[in-house]
Amino acid sequence: MDLIKELWRFMKARKKFWLMPIIIFSVVIGGLVVFAQGSALAPFIYTLF
Amino acid sequence: MIILGISAFYHDSAAAIIDGERIIAAAQEERFTRIKHDASFPVKAVEYCLKEAGISIDEVDDIVFFEKPFIKFERLLETYVSFVPRGFSSFKAALPIWVKEKLFQKKIIREMVAQFSDKASDDIDWDSKLKFSEHHLSHAASAFYPSPFDEAIVLTLDGVGEWVTTSVAIGRGNKLDIVKEIHFPHSLGLLYSAFTYYTGFRVNSGEYKVMGLAPYGEPKYTQVILDNLIDVKDDGSYRLDQSYFNYCTGLTMTNKKFEALFGRPARKPDEEALEQFHMDIAASVQEVTEIIVLKLTESLAKETGIRNLCMAGGVALNCVANGKIQRAGHFENIWIQPAAGDAGGALGAAQAVAHLVHDVPRTVQASDNMQGSYLGCEFSTDEIKQRLTEVGAVFEEHSQQEMLKQAAKALAEQNVVGWFQGRMEFGPRALGGRSILGDPRSEAMQKTLNLKIKYRESFRPFAPSVLREHVGEWFDLNGDSPYMLLVDNVKKDKCLAMSDEQEALFGIEKLNIPRSEIPAVTHVDYSARIQTVHEQTNPLYFGLITEFNQLTQCPVVVNTSFNVRGEPIVCTPEDAFNCFMGTEMDVLAIGNVILRKTDQDPALAKDYKHAFKLD
Repeated sequence: MDLIKELWRFMKARKKFWLMPIIIFSVVIGGLVVFAQGSALAPFIYTLF
Repeated sequence: MIILGISAFYHDSAAAIIDGERIIAAAQEERFTRIKHDASFPVKAVEYCLKEAGISIDEVDDIVFFEKPFIKFERLLETYVSFVPRGFSSFKAALPIWVKEKLFQKKIIREMVAQFSDKASDDIDWDSKLKFSEHHLSHAASAFYPSPFDEAIVLTLDGVGEWVTTSVAIGRGNKLDIVKEIHFPHSLGLLYSAFTYYTGFRVNSGEYKVMGLAPYGEPKYTQVILDNLIDVKDDGSYRLDQSYFNYCTGLTMTNKKFEALFGRPARKPDEEALEQFHMDIAASVQEVTEIIVLKLTESLAKETGIRNLCMAGGVALNCVANGKIQRAGHFENIWIQPAAGDAGGALGAAQAVAHLVHDVPRTVQASDNMQGSYLGCEFSTDEIKQRLTEVGAVFEEHSQQEMLKQAAKALAEQNVVGWFQGRMEFGPRALGGRSILGDPRSEAMQKTLNLKIKYRESFRPFAPSVLREHVGEWFDLNGDSPYMLLVDNVKKDKCLAMSDEQEALFGIEKLNIPRSEIPAVTHVDYSARIQTVHEQTNPLYFGLITEFNQLTQCPVVVNTSFNVRGEPIVCTPEDAFNCFMGTEMDVLAIGNVILRKTDQDPALAKDYKHAFKLD
């Protein structure tokens, strides 16, 4: 819940409400990948991520 | 006003604690956990900082994280959106990390910090206590606030923070205003990292190897890079042609178009040896980097009329480029943050909040406010003796003067000496607190140190530590370089010319030809990465080199970090003893205690060559 509030405050501050559907999509897809893989390993170029 | 700065979750996590403008302590987590470039939350570094400050976390006024994770997430998403449908593999790799961990960084930081508190996490007023700086503001603050300038241009260059890859700020008094930025994906740091990857070294840690390799090559590909990969404007601003790179959408730095441009695939380090081609590539990207930073600094000096320059960010560790900025003379004075990489962001984040949020006044000091970067832990002689006894070491205790004499004598007799004294350095360089030392006059020293002590590639040069008063007699540099961040040439009258036959030698063979009176620290292009040693900041190290000078008439020693390849620099006396017993080091001077290899129990020898994953 805190995360949702923080994300909302962030989008408001940055005036980037258009990111909302992308964030929702990404969190769902990301969650599914984590659920399927059971782990999350840092990719090669970790600075960028 | 006590402020704790933290950098974590990417690489080189660290903590720093300040009281107003005074730096109390700063340290990288890797030194405590013994995991090179450790990215985890710096629990042990925070613990050390609090101990050094003599306070509990509840007495800390502010806790500051060095960057803003949500803006980084925004950059990630916007990058994927702009490249869609390309980049799904990268998206698939990055998203789980964010969903599982990085989106919750604020929560993780709260939980980690709360473990040091007597209060329950819910009872802490996190909204006022926990703050977030911006990545490049943290770098800029770390470069300006400890500098000896009241007014300066502050240039930060690195791979990428949130969006920013290059920033220009103007610092005056306790104010710091960012005035220009270059944004991702255009990044000088990532250009250098792309070539690091292409030449077969590890991104984020192998960049300095490319810099070390460059003097062996000819910059044959400079124009190819400038014509195709990067568009550099007269003021030094630049744009990268993304069609040659893969870091926005893939899991490599470069792509097939990049490889076609240079006519070869990226080197596979386990299968392919370094060739002249890779050295020429290294020389070329190094030259391009120098062209860009020289244009940037020249235009900034002309535009602002400000005569002082401060630098930070990973690219500021490129000491060859730094030396050229200094010699170009566009600025009267240059100061570079010794912890220029992300670890230094912990310090900068704390300083940014102190001065910009709480308006803490700033006192400009004649040298600087970094205390020689000796900001880490130290051990008393009694503690050293107790710890060494527990690990079975055989040692002799001396007076400090006698310890200096014996260590200097051992150096003059061509022994390799481990030097563990005082507070540990903050930043990637060993500056005479946790160093391995040798005699620079020895023709065999470079090879010995590389192959028998450091267990690393033999093409890489060592750095000289020279008494500040004598630097002008041995090197073209005639100013301060206390943090080993400037490269300059060995004085001509100390150099030995190479014959045509010797010039034609390749790689390591060339390195083995004595090129000066101090061959162990003279690179093949007669340059050296100089550390000037100052009595005020490190009297013990100064004393040792003074003793060595009296014995040899040479005020220079070889200084390399106290570790083997892949190992973090030693932190405790036990770490130092393990490294001593795992290598062919001859003598260890630790506090007022001297250990000789010949006195030690051979059963305590360690297989250190394979103990650490190579970096």
